[in-house]
Amino acid sequence: MESLEEIKDRIEAAMAGVRLAIEGKSLVVGRQHLLDVVRFLKDDTGLAMDYCSNLCAVDWLPRTIKTRECDRDVQRDVPGHLEVVYDFYSMAKKHGPLQLRCRTEGREGTPSLPSITPLFRGAEFQEREAFDLYGIRFEGHPDLRRILMWDGFKSFPMRKDYRPPDDYEYEPTPHDEVLEKAKQHWPAPASAPVTPSKPA
Amino acid sequence: MIQPLTTTGSGYELMPKEGAIETQTLEVSMGPHHPSTHGVFRMDVVLDGEEVTRLKPVFGYLHRNHEQLAEQMNWLGSIPFTDRLDYFCSMSNNWAYCHAVEQLAGIKVAERAEYIRVIMAELTRLINHSCLAGFLLSDAGAWGTPLLYAFREREKILDLFEAASGARMMCNYMRFGGVRADVDDDWLAAARKVVGNYPAFLDELEALITGNEILLARTQHIGILPRELAINASITGPMLRASGVDYDIRKVDRYGIYDRFDFRVPLGEVGDVYDRYYVRMLEMRESVKILQQALCDIPEGPFDAGVKMRNFKVPAGDGYGRIEAPKGELGFYLVSEGGTRPYRYHVRAPSFINLTILENMCLGHKVADAMVILGSVDIVLGEVDR
Repeated sequence: MESLEEIKDRIEAAMAGVRLAIEGKSLVVGRQHLLDVVRFLKDDTGLAMDYCSNLCAVDWLPRTIKTRECDRDVQRDVPGHLEVVYDFYSMAKKHGPLQLRCRTEGREGTPSLPSITPLFRGAEFQEREAFDLYGIRFEGHPDLRRILMWDGFKSFPMRKDYRPPDDYEYEPTPHDEVLEKAKQHWPAPASAPVTPSKPA
Repeated sequence: MIQPLTTTGSGYELMPKEGAIETQTLEVSMGPHHPSTHGVFRMDVVLDGEEVTRLKPVFGYLHRNHEQLAEQMNWLGSIPFTDRLDYFCSMSNNWAYCHAVEQLAGIKVAERAEYIRVIMAELTRLINHSCLAGFLLSDAGAWGTPLLYAFREREKILDLFEAASGARMMCNYMRFGGVRADVDDDWLAAARKVVGNYPAFLDELEALITGNEILLARTQHIGILPRELAINASITGPMLRASGVDYDIRKVDRYGIYDRFDFRVPLGEVGDVYDRYYVRMLEMRESVKILQQALCDIPEGPFDAGVKMRNFKVPAGDGYGRIEAPKGELGFYLVSEGGTRPYRYHVRAPSFINLTILENMCLGHKVADAMVILGSVDIVLGEVDR
């Protein structure tokens, strides 16, 4: 398979206005060009990436990256975002992987990304999983519902700032840590203790 | 005003005309507690008569957020949890995770451990495929008997696992750079005996079921998965190869030491349930070949690479590692920030993704066939729900 630089150059030459970045072993593509780039990878005869093996989301909290450039310490603030990682292989040419990344704008609420399910059916459940656990809305997905959590669930449990509810561990007679949590959750009733009513 | 009851004129007829019977579709919720769903799995089926017109898989009943658990413990700590993904094939789950971590951390695996891993993984494949044949027959109505034939052989392999790792199913056996405990010569001799007897068992099983008329009628041309759809829907493992796609990660990636063994990749022609069953049968014969070579060639030497497990850290970076597990491509996507625990830990579970096209395969078939088709997908809910 060609090197990442060659693939990047070819994509940028084939499509006007598309800019890619190389980070580590993966190509980073902007949201507005994701579908075009994925379609190119799939249809290009040299690459023939016909198999989307893995699709998963990563949650990045706001960070400060410290680097040293030209003998100076540089601090760079990276805003928080959600990132989707795609691993493509070619079953026809038996090569790969080619890793693609795409980032959402911010991580408040349910940020959106284009869905690649119309191109790769194999992304259907994986995108539903990323929606379910991370809250990424995939625009164009035919059936975007929760898949692992139940339908009435409110939050997104794989986010790094997710806190489980403190009453998830119900005990009839709480003790130790659970008791401490239970105290926060259920303050002692102000009224007199309830006595069980006698049956008439 | 009440119309007079006549057979002519008023449009009221005693017998409805041919084809004019109004039927209504019926929505049936199959599962989560249904013997054919192999665990807590539900199919929302819409039936027209007995024909499936819509089928939506519903799962998540066994969801325990395995990925988040792993992100909250150190790298070593999640190996026992990987056992519980696909609880039939704990050895290959261990290997997939260790393989991904070794790729990321750049650990070289000890030579003897590579052989032990291949032996364990291929034994696991034997267990998985023989039991699948039994379960498939159970779904088709042959209650118990074929499954018990398979379980009888599985016991012998589980005894081997118990002797090597201390546990029969939750083996927790592989470690980064090697395995947890060495196997001795007695174990190897016992393994050679089990492997040597396996072809006879396969002959017996095939004599019982492969040419069976009822099995042929229930499985041939049922649930056909076309080649193009299989590739597009990221189907992997025996299901993909039954549709005629030559893609075996043992051959493509040649991870571990699979380039040293002589084996072939069986392919199906039609892509129906029967092909999926028979490809697995043939794969077991190839696994026996690999096992015989590995048990013959296994060298002496250390069984681990001397990686210090306490305070084990992985250099910052990310990577995707995959192996050919019995059910398909089992991959782990890991992100490390250089610490003692993963920042992101994702399992690419084969049976989860193989379920994507369950509806496509079942449409137009009878509801009894839907169970056989589901049986041929080979799912384990521990892995689907994670």
